[in-house]
Amino acid sequence: MSTVEERVKKIVCEQLGVKESEVQNSSSFVEDLGADSLDTVELVMALEEEFETEIPDEEAEKLASVQDAIDYIVAHT
Amino acid sequence: MAEIRISVSHGSIQVKGVMTKRRVVITGMGMLSPLGNSVESSWEGIQAGRSGIGTIDRFDASGYNTRIGGAIKDLDIEPYLSAKDARKLDAFIHYGLIAAQQAVEASGLEQYADLDSERVGVAIGSGIGGLEFIEKSVLAMDKSGPRKVSPFFVPASVINMISGNVAIRFGYRGPNIAITTACTTGTHNIGYAARTIAYGDADVMLAGGSEMATTRTGVAAFSAARALSTRNDEPERASRPWDKERDGFVLSDGAGVLVLEDLEHAQRRGATIYGEVIGFGMSDDAHHITAPPASGEGAARSMKNAIRDAGIEPSEIGYINAHGTSTQVGDVAEVAAVKSVFADHASNLSMSSTKSMTGHLLGAAGAVEAIFSVLAIRDGVLPPTINLDNPDEGCDLDFVANKSRKADVRVALSNSFGFGGTNGTLIFRRFED
Repeated sequence: MSTVEERVKKIVCEQLGVKESEVQNSSSFVEDLGADSLDTVELVMALEEEFETEIPDEEAEKLASVQDAIDYIVAHT
Repeated sequence: MAEIRISVSHGSIQVKGVMTKRRVVITGMGMLSPLGNSVESSWEGIQAGRSGIGTIDRFDASGYNTRIGGAIKDLDIEPYLSAKDARKLDAFIHYGLIAAQQAVEASGLEQYADLDSERVGVAIGSGIGGLEFIEKSVLAMDKSGPRKVSPFFVPASVINMISGNVAIRFGYRGPNIAITTACTTGTHNIGYAARTIAYGDADVMLAGGSEMATTRTGVAAFSAARALSTRNDEPERASRPWDKERDGFVLSDGAGVLVLEDLEHAQRRGATIYGEVIGFGMSDDAHHITAPPASGEGAARSMKNAIRDAGIEPSEIGYINAHGTSTQVGDVAEVAAVKSVFADHASNLSMSSTKSMTGHLLGAAGAVEAIFSVLAIRDGVLPPTINLDNPDEGCDLDFVANKSRKADVRVALSNSFGFGGTNGTLIFRRFED
């Protein structure tokens, strides 16, 4: 079974069309991985799907980096 | 220099020295069709009289009355679009973008250092738009609620997003539009784009149409309208314009895009010129939402308007690429229209339906057929109408039955007619300086 970190990074790669090697825990979705505002909305939808959870909009807006997403998932699932 | 003729109800006024209509030539073409994923492979299929129709495999059509269609096969989109970008766009946009990219590559525009991007525009439409994306989104929303609708839903599915994405990709900052007029879409976009250049609003326009409507709903809807052939056991024989045994059209996917260019601009950069757009006409039947009048009266007016715009005699036209969809009423009405416009010359000219091979690409039909018309002129080949075994009563023109034929075609006319009674006609001529 993959860890939360591995699963989050896999989804980030798929959604943002980036290579695994480019994705660090500290990577910002917008500044480092080239996401625009629509990409980040869809990224959150994909995380919700993968982890069978619902991320409220006000929480979703705070998820700026890979680590933010990992922390949120770990705390809420 | 051509004169602008302004027609009024009782004749025409010629305005000299006020404005001249600029000549518009074709300098690039791109195509995806059920016959091939390029202009040349599709044209090869046409000349060989090959059918691109097969059994639908994009979804499970086993419960459908019609289970056949013309699909794009073995398309590798990776060279054109990243997986990330592809996922955000409906297939009709993929097809349109790819055809546009092929056309730009063929035109050599990217190598022209003096290109003024503000003078380059785009007019690529679609009849239906992002139906597959819409279906998937509705199903996801119905199952799991509104939060499952993608933020890309609108830009992935609305019709002007081929034109928008082409502009973004190539940096073309001129007029950007997408006309949608059902099955006349491709023709209207090309005609409008040519006018835009002739009028001086742009020097180069990418124009055409794209379609991917062979989805669960698309096939069900055209089938419910009793518009589609149900010759499921013989897909390659299903599209048979003017034949006694025809039983409706075959729904197909694909895209066609032409690079239209001001003649002087094209000559300045030494572009290859494939032909000239000399006439564009439009009309409406004002009759019925889906069916034309048996007389083909509206179609006839569209052709007359294009001939007038071209400033030629009807007798100069050697080839007509018909709308010819293989429906009972439409095929006969178009023959009646041609007879009324061309009188005695109707028996001299040749008219074929390339839809007998490609099926009906709806909003892309006018664009791929414009390209086939231009190639007929370029190569001196009349495309055939295949599956024409027994012409129906009154269908007695030269339809170039079943086999393509060599002929010195100098001027070709292409017709498109759409739901809403909307008609469009383009006329192309071999380029002579």
